[in-house]
Amino acid sequence: MIIADRKPLGELLEMVKECNKILILGCKGCVTVCNVGGTKEVGVLASILKIARKKEGRPIEVEEKTIERQCDPEYIAQVKDMVGQYDAVISMACGVGPQFLSEAYPDQRFFPAVNTTSFGGAVSHGIWAERCAGCGTCLIHHFDGLCPIARCSKSLLHGPCGGSASGKCEISKEVDCIWDMIVKKKMEKGRLQDLTKMKPNKDWRTARDGGPRKSVREELVQ
Amino acid sequence: MRLSYPPNVKVIQVPCTGRVDIIHLLKAIEDGADAVYVAGCLEGECHFLVGNLKAKKRVQYVKKVLQELGIEPERVEMFNLSAGEGPRFAEIAREMAERAKALGPSPVKIKKAA
Repeated sequence: MIIADRKPLGELLEMVKECNKILILGCKGCVTVCNVGGTKEVGVLASILKIARKKEGRPIEVEEKTIERQCDPEYIAQVKDMVGQYDAVISMACGVGPQFLSEAYPDQRFFPAVNTTSFGGAVSHGIWAERCAGCGTCLIHHFDGLCPIARCSKSLLHGPCGGSASGKCEISKEVDCIWDMIVKKKMEKGRLQDLTKMKPNKDWRTARDGGPRKSVREELVQ
Repeated sequence: MRLSYPPNVKVIQVPCTGRVDIIHLLKAIEDGADAVYVAGCLEGECHFLVGNLKAKKRVQYVKKVLQELGIEPERVEMFNLSAGEGPRFAEIAREMAERAKALGPSPVKIKKAA
């Protein structure tokens, strides 16, 4: 799912500096799964902002609400009657949320509470790692289920670079060299020759390189 | 055991300190508490196995948040003791009451108009 991290408190307080009454809108989707923008975290942020402003002697009124998702117009419509009542609305959803809200309610200001980072999953409780770069042309079947676009720091497609050492990437000992993993897995499964096969160049037009993407299901479009 | 501890300590009983969440600690501070502490079982002796370890992590998180907001992180603390250690309970209560006194009133208390 989409992974995000909450913005530093200083940045959030700066955003609502001029506001006296705000709404914090959470999302029960990805940000709930990575424990950054769900009902609980909305409550925590509301309390933190109230504490900070009380300390300053300029109390702030904070309303809390969490909706199913902020990436579907039907859910965005649910807050139609409430968004106008505030000086600003902080959205704890991924980058999509504040944008959908801004489009639907152009007269209100929507601030992002989180920095959205990547597509990924939980590697252990409380730790989420990037797994997918959204390149639009998935190639992981060529690499035995491992993705060099997302997990190689240089997105190399033909093998490890000279910086691969003891299975780690040269940028940090905390980053595994995915090519080390791919080659070892291919060797283990007896498929090392796969890596010598000629493949056409990757078409990067389906990635962010080709501009903002749109997916259409003709069978569903009304 | 009829030991006495300072009267300005409000005790809230929970079945396990694992039940105490970040929001509870923050709400206490928000509502003007000068200090809040969590007293859990000795590490390794939690009846629910890791409840006290979760509480410890949450207390650390709240300390970090308070630091970021310019509030003394010493206002929040985690203690471990056995249910049989009555005198230690009173000692901890006294320690935190002293600490709250030394740190002064919470900066979050509503300021009355001068």
